[in-house]
Amino acid sequence: MTQLPESTDRKMGLVIDLDTCVGCHACVISCKGWNTENYGAPLSDQDAYGADPSGTFLNRVHSYEVQPAEGHAQLIHFPKSCLHCEDAPCVTVCPTGASYKRVEDGIVLVNESDCIGCGLCAWSCPYGAREMDATEGVMKKCTLCVDRIYNENLPEVDRVPSCVRTCPAGARHFGDLGDPTSDVSILVAERGGMDLMPELGTKPVNKYLPPRPKDQIEEQIDILAPLLAPIAEEPKSFLGWLDKTLEKL
Amino acid sequence: MHPAPSVIVFTTLSGLGFGLLFFLGLGVPDVSGWVAFVFFAIAFGLSVGGLMASTFHLSHPERALKAFTQWRSSWLSREGCCAVLALISMGLYAIGIIFLGQRWGFFGILGSILSLATVFTTSMIYTQLRTIPRWNMKLTPILFLSFSLAGGALLAGQTRIAMPLLLVAALVQILYWRQGDKAFADSGTDLGTATGLGDLGTVRAFEPPHTGTNYLLREFVHVVGRKHAEKLRLISFVLAFFLPIALLLIPFSHFFALLAVLSHLAGVATSRWLFFAQAEHVVGLYYGKR
Repeated sequence: MTQLPESTDRKMGLVIDLDTCVGCHACVISCKGWNTENYGAPLSDQDAYGADPSGTFLNRVHSYEVQPAEGHAQLIHFPKSCLHCEDAPCVTVCPTGASYKRVEDGIVLVNESDCIGCGLCAWSCPYGAREMDATEGVMKKCTLCVDRIYNENLPEVDRVPSCVRTCPAGARHFGDLGDPTSDVSILVAERGGMDLMPELGTKPVNKYLPPRPKDQIEEQIDILAPLLAPIAEEPKSFLGWLDKTLEKL
Repeated sequence: MHPAPSVIVFTTLSGLGFGLLFFLGLGVPDVSGWVAFVFFAIAFGLSVGGLMASTFHLSHPERALKAFTQWRSSWLSREGCCAVLALISMGLYAIGIIFLGQRWGFFGILGSILSLATVFTTSMIYTQLRTIPRWNMKLTPILFLSFSLAGGALLAGQTRIAMPLLLVAALVQILYWRQGDKAFADSGTDLGTATGLGDLGTVRAFEPPHTGTNYLLREFVHVVGRKHAEKLRLISFVLAFFLPIALLLIPFSHFFALLAVLSHLAGVATSRWLFFAQAEHVVGLYYGKR
């Protein structure tokens, strides 16, 4: 079972818009909230209210500063969860067959009752998408909310991953990336969606949309700008007196 | 990488144990009866003891039997299968030699091959990981095999064979350290490719996802002891190779031979500690750490 399927019928995944993400971490909380009480073992916390809290999360939001060669630095919030890779190394390294990639939709899952907790799949994942739960001793990872997306007990609008449903900025999109005519595929094509660490050959299904180029403020100051330029470089009258007096003190 | 004691004990002891089994299976030394019993007891003690230690880092060792099922794709599964087959084959060979006075050469040679295959599959568990450039090198299996053969020859009391094998292992160790130190930079992976933002400018980790630590940082970002790496390398090298070779050069005595074995064991264990502690996982980049 830990052999990867030759191909999958669909490639369900996420498209994350780094231009739109505001770094609110709502997706982190909603992910933990949904997944701690549904599919598989709960996502435990250790010392949650103590001095050294830590816990299992399937989605984490980093923040990076990018300093271009010229111009201002830019802050980019960066949500990261399982990328449901086509060539997922975490699946093939699994010795028990607990890790598998589904043929019907490409979702990478863990059968927790087969997991021995060796941790090798987490070692093989470049993205830190897998975390061993310290209480249950089994590997936890994003399921793409497999218990939501096909769940006919939920209203249709809720049949998307919890993080996508929650995002207040609309920075997360869900769909079939194997279908070139799907909304997500068109979005990826138009915005130049990219892979993370493509050099490692994992062929991630999830794509990231790079931030759009920022406006150049310097160029926008136009013909009216000279009229707004300060006329007097040296303050005069009362302000000038105040300035000199304060300098002397 | 977090240098888990269970994995260090496992790779060190089972490497030596299977190395000794390799030579015993070839009839080197040609022993029988009680002497054979002692040799095989040491070899099985080390290899089985190592394998037992490896199960200590499993969260669910009660499901360990399932690990024999995925040999088609998983090196860890292949290792388990090879180890069990090697032990069965060598066990039959040992029973013949010790209790029946029979040398079933077929089982001996098969067991020798499977013993080396076990060490090779162990090394491939680490070598296959492209996420850890220091391990993802052709030298990694050569390192494990050369250590195992040198240690096996030393344990088998074969001074003439052990000497050149120790020299080869020492050379491989130096090459491994030299190439390993450059491996991360040569891999081409950095925060720019990890975030895909490298084309926009210089990327710097600004804020981590959590103020606290997590499984990923505990498991993959181990920086304690790295500052002593150079000293530990020297200690490891002296213990694993220099002292044993010196002790083999002086006239043979059982005491010095024992000392050589213990020194080698301590040196290999130190080398293995460094193997894990110095290995940097690319996921550390996301946290601005190595």
